[in-house]
Amino acid sequence: MTPDQEKQSRTMPPANPPRIAPPRPEQPAQPATAAPVHQDMPAICVDHLNVYFGSNHVLKNVSLNIRARAVTAIIGPSGCGKSTFLRALNRMHELIPEARMDGTIRLFGQEIYAPDVEPVIVRRRVGMVFQKSNPFPTMSIADNVTVGLRLNGIRKHGVLAERMEQSLRMAALWDEVKDRLRAPAISLSGGQQQRLCIARALAVQPEVLLMDEPASALDPLATSKIESLILELKKDYTIVIVTHNMQQAARVSEDTAFFYIGELVEFGPTAKIFTSPSQKRTEDYVTGRFG
Amino acid sequence: MSTRAHHTWRKCKNALMQTVTFCCALLVIAPLLLIFYTLLKSGIGSVNWDFFTKLPKPVGESGGGMANAIVGTFILLGLASMVGVPAGVCGGIYLSEYGSSRLNGWIRFGADVLNGVPSIIWGMVVYALVVLPMKGFSTLAGGIVLGLIMIPLIMRTTEEVLQLVPNGYREASLALGIAQWRTITQIVIRTALKGIVTGILLALARVAGETAPLLFTAFGNRFWTHHLSDPIAALPLQIFSYAISPYEDWRRQAWAGALVLLLLITTINVSVRVLTRDRFRK
Repeated sequence: MTPDQEKQSRTMPPANPPRIAPPRPEQPAQPATAAPVHQDMPAICVDHLNVYFGSNHVLKNVSLNIRARAVTAIIGPSGCGKSTFLRALNRMHELIPEARMDGTIRLFGQEIYAPDVEPVIVRRRVGMVFQKSNPFPTMSIADNVTVGLRLNGIRKHGVLAERMEQSLRMAALWDEVKDRLRAPAISLSGGQQQRLCIARALAVQPEVLLMDEPASALDPLATSKIESLILELKKDYTIVIVTHNMQQAARVSEDTAFFYIGELVEFGPTAKIFTSPSQKRTEDYVTGRFG
Repeated sequence: MSTRAHHTWRKCKNALMQTVTFCCALLVIAPLLLIFYTLLKSGIGSVNWDFFTKLPKPVGESGGGMANAIVGTFILLGLASMVGVPAGVCGGIYLSEYGSSRLNGWIRFGADVLNGVPSIIWGMVVYALVVLPMKGFSTLAGGIVLGLIMIPLIMRTTEEVLQLVPNGYREASLALGIAQWRTITQIVIRTALKGIVTGILLALARVAGETAPLLFTAFGNRFWTHHLSDPIAALPLQIFSYAISPYEDWRRQAWAGALVLLLLITTINVSVRVLTRDRFRK
């Protein structure tokens, strides 16, 4: 980003009017204005989370706190429950018919599995970016960015145009697409499509952004763009990223959680996980001895 | 046997097999060419302006046309769409997007059985359900029977094209906090729209030529129909009654009617081809 753009993204208008009646006085309702956030207050508290798919126990008693405005990396071998954990954070795992869960997940103090909380509302507060970029093929670049707003009832042209530009600037895509906003989204390159998906997620102004291996299908150049984007976004957003790339976890994250066969083996500051882990299994994994 | 003889024998077998399968492939399209040839030869002479604009003439008078039957076919197809399209598309959406896999298995099986039910049976069913209570053959009954035949056809094709929509689009939409019904109507259906329209057109092409169910319901009419409760003419019915008549002039018109009906159905099929041409091009 040029300093100019950076300024623009810093001076974004207040992001989130609280969408769930907040039982929390200290809710950081406006991630974009730095003042009232307690850095100590976790964005997400996961407490004794168990997830089952049918008789398959995929997450076992996971408890951890995710810091606000920081990047938390989730690492672990394939099939260890990383993606399920991520999806449990915005109730996306419920799309699988056999899924059940117990335990609690609190988003800025609000239990997201409370009976009166709708998954749709949770997902507006906790956005998601997927491994495979999936812009809607029937829509233009501009329409892809604003779709989350339009389909949630925002119709004012001015608001939509403004949010679209902000989101594309935040996703570092504005300069590349500003002259062809009406072009089909699938005409973009793979890396651009993924940044478009990030812009689309940002447009609904979530508080937390979940990323499920967002760069694993991209070439190194596109990957480094996504990584610098993550470093930029964490000033405003809480980010949880699943990655298979250990260097990537080390480069972008503050905290790292290591999952193995459904268990949270170790969770702590990234520097500690990668240099002096307390568990043997963590050490074996991060040094590449298995997984 | 020497290796060389073996090789020659194998080549012969290959050539033989190729010839046999090629002949079978020719057999498949031969009827199509024959039908087109025969209809053109016998029918083209009677396709003229009068044919499209005039009502049938009484027995003994020459001339006249099938205007009422052509319009009647379109009216029946319109009515059938009003019955078949909403029910078929919504049923397909249910099968693809909602429903438990066990229930869906039964519904799918039921739809497949219905697709195999002879159309004359549909005619008898609607005769009992609509014609008898209304005390008469009617346009409405004709539209309903064609619509009912369309439902399972459209339902299955709709389900199949919705299943082709990658799950990533549904997830992306839901993850934006978009409600499921909006995801389905605005994202999934929009992505699969061409396929759904194709399914509808194919179902229309299928029922446009149905004759047997209309004998029990629309019945046919020598004049213009002004009410839904009156019988109505349709091309296949008119062709049927003219073709079995003893009058030379009527039989010529039956050929012309068959030609027009075939052209109508071919037009629908060609538009399907045009619609689906770039469906898989990304």
